[in-house]
Amino acid sequence: MTDEKKPCDPSDRDRIRVEYDRDWRRELRRSMTPKDRIRIPRQPMPQRDAFTRGRDFAEVNLGLSPEAARSEARRCLDCAAPGCISGCPVAIDIPTFIKQIERGEFAAAGRTLKTTNSLPAVCGRVCPQETQCESVCNLKRAAGVPVAIGHLERFAADFERSAASAPCCRPDPGAVKVAVVGSGPAGLTAAGELARKGYAVTVFEALHEAGGVLAYGIPEFRLPKEVLRAEVECLRGLGVEMRLNFIVGRTATLDQLRDEGFRAFFIGTGAGLPNFMKIPGENLVGVYSANEYLTRVNLMRARDFPAVDTPVPRARRAAVIGGGNVALDSVRTARRLGAEPAMIIYRRSRQEMPARIEEIKHAEEEGVEILLLTAPVCYKGDEKGRLRSMVCLRMELGAPDSSGRRRPVPIPGSEFEIEIDLAVVAVGQSPNPLLFECQPELRRGRWGTIEVEENTLAASAPGVFAGGDIVRGGATVILAMGDARRAAAGIEAYLREEHDS
Amino acid sequence: MYEILERRRLVPNLHLLRVRAPETARACRPGQFIMVMIGPDGERVPLSIADWDAVEGSVTAVFLIVGTSTQKLARLRAGDRLHVCAGPLGKPSEIAGFGTVLLVAGCYGIAALYPAARALRQAGNRLVLLADVKAGHLLYWEDRYRNLCDRIVVASRDPGAPFQEFASHAVSNVAAKEASLGRVLVSGCAYLLAAVSEATRPLGLRTIVSLNPIMVDGTGMCGACRCSIGGNTRFACVDGPDFDGHQVDWPELFRRRAAYLDDEVRSLCRFEKESLP
Repeated sequence: MTDEKKPCDPSDRDRIRVEYDRDWRRELRRSMTPKDRIRIPRQPMPQRDAFTRGRDFAEVNLGLSPEAARSEARRCLDCAAPGCISGCPVAIDIPTFIKQIERGEFAAAGRTLKTTNSLPAVCGRVCPQETQCESVCNLKRAAGVPVAIGHLERFAADFERSAASAPCCRPDPGAVKVAVVGSGPAGLTAAGELARKGYAVTVFEALHEAGGVLAYGIPEFRLPKEVLRAEVECLRGLGVEMRLNFIVGRTATLDQLRDEGFRAFFIGTGAGLPNFMKIPGENLVGVYSANEYLTRVNLMRARDFPAVDTPVPRARRAAVIGGGNVALDSVRTARRLGAEPAMIIYRRSRQEMPARIEEIKHAEEEGVEILLLTAPVCYKGDEKGRLRSMVCLRMELGAPDSSGRRRPVPIPGSEFEIEIDLAVVAVGQSPNPLLFECQPELRRGRWGTIEVEENTLAASAPGVFAGGDIVRGGATVILAMGDARRAAAGIEAYLREEHDS
Repeated sequence: MYEILERRRLVPNLHLLRVRAPETARACRPGQFIMVMIGPDGERVPLSIADWDAVEGSVTAVFLIVGTSTQKLARLRAGDRLHVCAGPLGKPSEIAGFGTVLLVAGCYGIAALYPAARALRQAGNRLVLLADVKAGHLLYWEDRYRNLCDRIVVASRDPGAPFQEFASHAVSNVAAKEASLGRVLVSGCAYLLAAVSEATRPLGLRTIVSLNPIMVDGTGMCGACRCSIGGNTRFACVDGPDFDGHQVDWPELFRRRAAYLDDEVRSLCRFEKESLP
């Protein structure tokens, strides 16, 4: 279930067609020839220079100006058969919102986003557009450079947010109660979808802030807290209740929530159990999981210690193991907290790095060193058990493995030692088992994920649906959101059937 | 926000905290802990659950003043509110008929073992409490234990006290007098846990310790609390906090607990400077 290109629902297709045929769209298409549109250069994303931004946690990207956004929107050919929508896991009507930007109707563009995406300001910042919508943009085929869909999404979402036109509605007093477990990207999306369908939605979150990985994992230089809070507020405006500090599985079981009147459940508890590599020295003081390191800095704001009470190590020399977005977030955080060098240790080559291209570029601009084809063998500490160095091995690429990527093979005798006082392990997460202790009836897959039915995302217990990393094991924000949208449809169908019978 | 119903000093440096948290109170079991945060700038502090009242909707914990967060906690009063009180967390202690159970408790552990003592008593066990205190006047909740325990031994360092020694030294004497000792439960400071585990190892007594490593989220998400149990890495927050004391890598636990010592001192100096008149 990775990376599938789901054709959008029939209902989505109809909606998109209606918008495409509107008069203003026809006029706009006629106002400029495709040839002229192709000639417009792609607008660069304005960003803060690497020197200043590498020392604070304010956002790197500044967002497009209205003029730049309209110019970028003009590049979109408004194709009769757009590729972009099929590349979007939540099937945003991309041409419509872009053409609304071209017309200068920024708030309308924001509303278009919100019809299928509950968190557009988040997605505009953290989605890997280059492998999704932008990878199948027809302009990419025609001119080599796709429309900057992600930048435009962010622009429209930010405009809508600043316009503060949050709709305020409450579910009917008699509305059917649905529980969402986990407030990460999947949970918030499911909550938004279900609230719009008229259900009384309660989101249960174990931590003290809503957002899941968006709150504890993704740093503010990539996703400012205020952006996330505004998206959460918007859901509250839709009548979604957030119950923080509530650990489903401990504070109450699903069955107890059922007794409280919840008729269906969406489980989006994510992959909240960090993986370690099981190599010697991993429990030395100074070796962290990326989750812990990022949680301390982001959620607990340890970068302000001692003004806040949670500390975080101020490393002199930091190494982060892994090549994904979490690894990049960790290493850029370490860099901002003063590490020199701040290194990425990745066992394959640059092409295989799963991180967004923009993050890798930003990290290098900020002075992050990337050691490719390198894998840690063990960590060494001093007599107090504090990390002092790591021993690494050089790798070369062999035959492709099951993931299609070439398997790294160690080069014998290539060991070398790097002096470090901070190591952050960012080699993936596993599903958090906490919920399963009280729900042993939930059938689980090979990696401890929840097994679900392919189309409706129904789990093996009645009325229980699941999506995101708890099903996939470790994917992206937007794939989790796509799941949540499908599961919300599944929940609606389930509740209708239950009502009828 | 969670209202504080009571906060009072039990004995020097040890305070009782009773918080209104009805959902948590309904779910508590012996051996579990709560996570509290004083304000939005606070730390997440894990506290062993010492008691609960599902009818009143309250949870009680006893804590030792060690650093800035516990200093701040000790200055709160009834009516004040905590930013976070989440739980119960951790796996509950195993409660069954073991015959006789020896409870070794010191510091906050005297309160932390109380729910397990109550449940073990209900399960028909004979109970012996071995309380470790620096001095006799530091003992608390003796009255509560008297109703549950068949024997109470106090190991204090008072001049003239019957056991002028540490509980870890007294443990074999106490054990020798118990015929059907099935299990030892230990709660308190890490040194007590380690020392008692070492003392019971040669006796072949199954010893369950309630580990107290540094934690951040307490739900298994971060791995700060990882410890080596029988050579395998375990997360104390979701796999514990109860573990077989004979399997714990104690030196590693001590080192990891000391990871932030310098920061803790820095924070405390700042706090005291700010809060002194």
